[in-house]
Amino acid sequence: MANISFTIKYWKQNGPKDKGHFDTHEMKNIPDDTSFLEMLDILNEELISAGKEPFVFDHDCREGICGMCSLYINGTPHGKTERGATTCQLYMRKFKDGDTITVEPWRSAGFPVIKDCMVDRTAFDKIIQAGGYTTVRTGQPQDANAILIPKADADEAMDCASCIGCGACVAACKNGSAMLFVSSKVSQLALLPQGKVEAARRAKNMIAKMDELGFGNCTNTRACEAVCPKCETISNIARLNREFIKAKLAD
Amino acid sequence: MWLINSSIGRKVVMSVTGIALVLFLTFHASMNVVALISAEGYNMICEFLGANWYAVVATLGLAALVALHFIYAIWLTLQNRKARGNNRYAVTDKPAMVEWSSQNMLVLGIIVILGMGLHLYNFWYNMMYAELVHDPEMIAMATNGVYHIAKTFSCPVYTAIYMVWLAALWFHLNHGIWSSMQTMGWSGHIWFCRWKVIGTIYTTVIILMFAAVALAFAFGYVPCDMQAPACGGCLLG
Amino acid sequence: MSKTIDSRIPEGPVAEKWTNYKAHQKLVNPKNKRKLDIIVVGTGLAGASAAASLGEMGFHVLNFCIQDSPRRAHSIAAQGGINAAKNYQNDGDSVYRLFYDTVKGGDYRAREANVYRLAEVSNSIIDQCVAQGVPFAREYGGMLANRSFGGAQVSRTFYAKGQTGQQLLLGAYSALSCQVNAGTVKLYTRYEMLDVVLIDGRARGIIARNLITGEIERFAAHAVVIGTGGYGNAYFLSTNAMGCNCSAAIACYRKGAYFANPSYVQIHPTCIPVHGDKQSKLTLMSESLRNDGRIWVPKKLEDAKALQAGTKKGSQIPEEDRDYYLERRYPAFGNLVPRDVASRAAKERCDKGFGVNNTGLAVFLDFSEAIRDFGKDTIAARYGNLFDMYEEITDVSPYNEPMMIYPAIHYTMGGVWVDYELQTSVKGLFAIGECNFSDHGANRLGASALMQGLADGYFVLPYTIQNYLADQITVPRFSTSLPEFDQAEKDVKDRIARLMNIKGKSSVDSIHKKLGRIMWDYVGMGRTAEGLQKGIQMIKELRKEFYTDLFIPQLDGVNTELEKALRLEDFFLMGLLVAHDALTRNESCGGHFREEYQTEEGEAKRDDENYFYVGCWEYQGDDEKDPVLYKEPLVYEAIKVQTRNYKS
Repeated sequence: MANISFTIKYWKQNGPKDKGHFDTHEMKNIPDDTSFLEMLDILNEELISAGKEPFVFDHDCREGICGMCSLYINGTPHGKTERGATTCQLYMRKFKDGDTITVEPWRSAGFPVIKDCMVDRTAFDKIIQAGGYTTVRTGQPQDANAILIPKADADEAMDCASCIGCGACVAACKNGSAMLFVSSKVSQLALLPQGKVEAARRAKNMIAKMDELGFGNCTNTRACEAVCPKCETISNIARLNREFIKAKLAD
Repeated sequence: MWLINSSIGRKVVMSVTGIALVLFLTFHASMNVVALISAEGYNMICEFLGANWYAVVATLGLAALVALHFIYAIWLTLQNRKARGNNRYAVTDKPAMVEWSSQNMLVLGIIVILGMGLHLYNFWYNMMYAELVHDPEMIAMATNGVYHIAKTFSCPVYTAIYMVWLAALWFHLNHGIWSSMQTMGWSGHIWFCRWKVIGTIYTTVIILMFAAVALAFAFGYVPCDMQAPACGGCLLG
Repeated sequence: MSKTIDSRIPEGPVAEKWTNYKAHQKLVNPKNKRKLDIIVVGTGLAGASAAASLGEMGFHVLNFCIQDSPRRAHSIAAQGGINAAKNYQNDGDSVYRLFYDTVKGGDYRAREANVYRLAEVSNSIIDQCVAQGVPFAREYGGMLANRSFGGAQVSRTFYAKGQTGQQLLLGAYSALSCQVNAGTVKLYTRYEMLDVVLIDGRARGIIARNLITGEIERFAAHAVVIGTGGYGNAYFLSTNAMGCNCSAAIACYRKGAYFANPSYVQIHPTCIPVHGDKQSKLTLMSESLRNDGRIWVPKKLEDAKALQAGTKKGSQIPEEDRDYYLERRYPAFGNLVPRDVASRAAKERCDKGFGVNNTGLAVFLDFSEAIRDFGKDTIAARYGNLFDMYEEITDVSPYNEPMMIYPAIHYTMGGVWVDYELQTSVKGLFAIGECNFSDHGANRLGASALMQGLADGYFVLPYTIQNYLADQITVPRFSTSLPEFDQAEKDVKDRIARLMNIKGKSSVDSIHKKLGRIMWDYVGMGRTAEGLQKGIQMIKELRKEFYTDLFIPQLDGVNTELEKALRLEDFFLMGLLVAHDALTRNESCGGHFREEYQTEEGEAKRDDENYFYVGCWEYQGDDEKDPVLYKEPLVYEAIKVQTRNYKS
């Protein structure tokens, strides 16, 4: 364990219409087993004790599952780690003494900035509301084991379902495309017999909503899968394309 | 109409037109190689693809494909820029797995289009166009494809430009082939890897075929059944 | 003290109560449902499933959450699994056995009828979730897989990798999204409930703060349901998310809802130890690790000292010098004893000086034997993601060195008091999920929190709330301009103004950390009457500091410091509740351990004669006044109360 000192350059923006700017702050002697968000807590403590406005960012569970954290650190959503990780799982040992760390919000038309690095991701909810579910009435389903699902399918559906909806895919995409997010949900349900009934409807409605909300077109750059903290792959996007094209051709 | 209204539909148009153009390039490359073997044979093909109705229709079809591919590219890019929002990142770091070409398909495409303009001027204008308008001066050499090849590549500047063009085309296709399969949904964990390998090999073979003909003529190769022309078409004289 | 607390448990044998209740309860006809509004606060497993089910039935639901999306509620972080009495493994499981295990695991302090109902509906939960597309683990034959989990002798736990909570929550979230799309549920994200509005003694609405604009808004309804989770963050460091808070529950408590059994706080044995004072939260390592990992500390004090000084590594201590203290003390259950037992045993060893990290507050969880027996690949397949997570946080690979773990605050069994219908002592106000108190007694077994949240939300509340609403159909929709709303809004605004005007020097977090320290030291794992009294004093003093030295930036709109300050103010009240309850309960049971009340071997000593009741605390109109205790006597008809025994 060692302590490091560095400069942090963080984005300040008061509402979606404000132009926004960077502020900088010198951080001294931060233990390298501090998590990135704990480092920001320290930053805020220092700002508050200096009578300044704290830096606003989204965070909640701090164990990489809620998908709330959304910081673009040194050019990579959630910061660079060996395997996928969210901002809250990034530790200061990944940085060096004397570094300048630049922290920006997700920048995408689909995610307007609320304040500083807090962005509005309700667009994702709207996409799910358009069809990311199976319509089942509470209490009426058949016995769980009446639906047999091959282990391989269940496992792959699980991988697709691991998406935490953080929006790193959109943030990384030069096109601001939400395809990895949408495809992960569509894939999960397309792989399972329970989801087949509404498959065509789901693919069409979710894509229509995604387009309506102003997300860009996927151009297969793979930037999304490179930064996904849950290692979702573009195979999901291929599957979504397949589901969508099939649905449209069947019309 | 979903090919216009939906993002996936628009991408499907890009894929289908792209793959059609790849098929055309395949044919074109195969045809070019004939020029290395026999001038007479090559010219026969040129004559066959002259101002006949089917050749003209095919050319118009090709032009339509290119136009569609190009217009959709511009359209998608404009939409994508809008989706990105007005604020740009101050720092960006490209992940290792992201191919450079994948993020620069429009730029590569524009290079390809510009190269194509030159190519049309060098060849199509002197050949099919000449036949179509019955230009009395050009008509004599209109079906002598080998002559035009030799004339064009006798100029080192043209050769260099063509090489840049082919390089851009390589990058464009290398991403484009697997990308179009991905867009049409024919991909997955396994097929993704397959298409990438297939795409790279296929692209490399096609580009090598084009480059071989250009370079052969540039370095003075003359098919056995043809006489060397004078350097008449070079921009630099 | 003479107030009788009526839990409204239906008549009949325990196995028939729920069926009888449903057969005889009042219902609301479909046409009338549309006229009734229900506010559901919280979108975790309980809140989302309740909102979705109520919406689907035809009620008009308003659903609130503080996060930017319902999918981010902290239920998402549950790792291990969900119990159900399906008996898919043919190992002799049954509804009765799940019921019995839960009551026993809860150290005989749960309400029998509620637990039986929980066990009864557990099977429907699995069916429901599978139909929603929750990708539970499966066997090669395509059937659902199960594992045995924390303190159970049958394999009844269903799981989806180490992310069961996430998958179940996403299932509930998708059901909720379906209803939002259908227009039956209206979602309010980034809204925080600050007060409940009572009209003629019934809950008729809430006051909420829009966390983006900062505006205080009013919402009216025929009934209010809170599913806002537990109060673990009163300890500052816990496995809860940063935003978890007890403000909604405390708002109800201030308005007259009893708070039950606050001293029952679960300390989870397998968390990553605290590393420094900048730490903001503790990370849980799934309890499933105890299936293959063996817990130990050194036998010799000098080895422990060397480990603490960092001159020795765990792997360098030979087998014969290791004390597998759980296996030693509890031969029958070994490393799989319930959470409270495992946590206390770890504390006992560390208190004796056998802790294995620099702070002396950690024990080893060792996989070397499992890796030797089953191979690294098998262990990686089982726990790979957890091992990676551990390495990411600590920079140590559990494949090479034993993990270090230590207990941390995880779950709160106590909560808002509810009757059999999940209605609080305020009419029209309901509490579901972790937020209420009923089902886990003094200790919760692994994989039953998810079960309880979903049982309440999908299968219990949507029925029982109708029994209340049936005679409300003639009550027209409420206007939010009624004087009760005016008053409630004014109270909230005054409260905010008061905090904003303190203009002191201390940040919210710095005070919260101090509160957490007091809670952990005096109201934590090992409690004494003396310590609790001291704790109460210290909390009150710290609260004075809070009211005189707090700093909140003067901002309109987003003001995260104000959000935290309001929550902290409620944590003070909560901390006092926990301490008072712990002080009154002169026995040790489950998550509540009073050092004065233990057997010679150091096991919890219950006092069924004097403390076989639910402790219900009533607010006395002012934060400064001590709460008053009422008792709901526990009545056990089906189960014979025994001393828990995990030795043989």
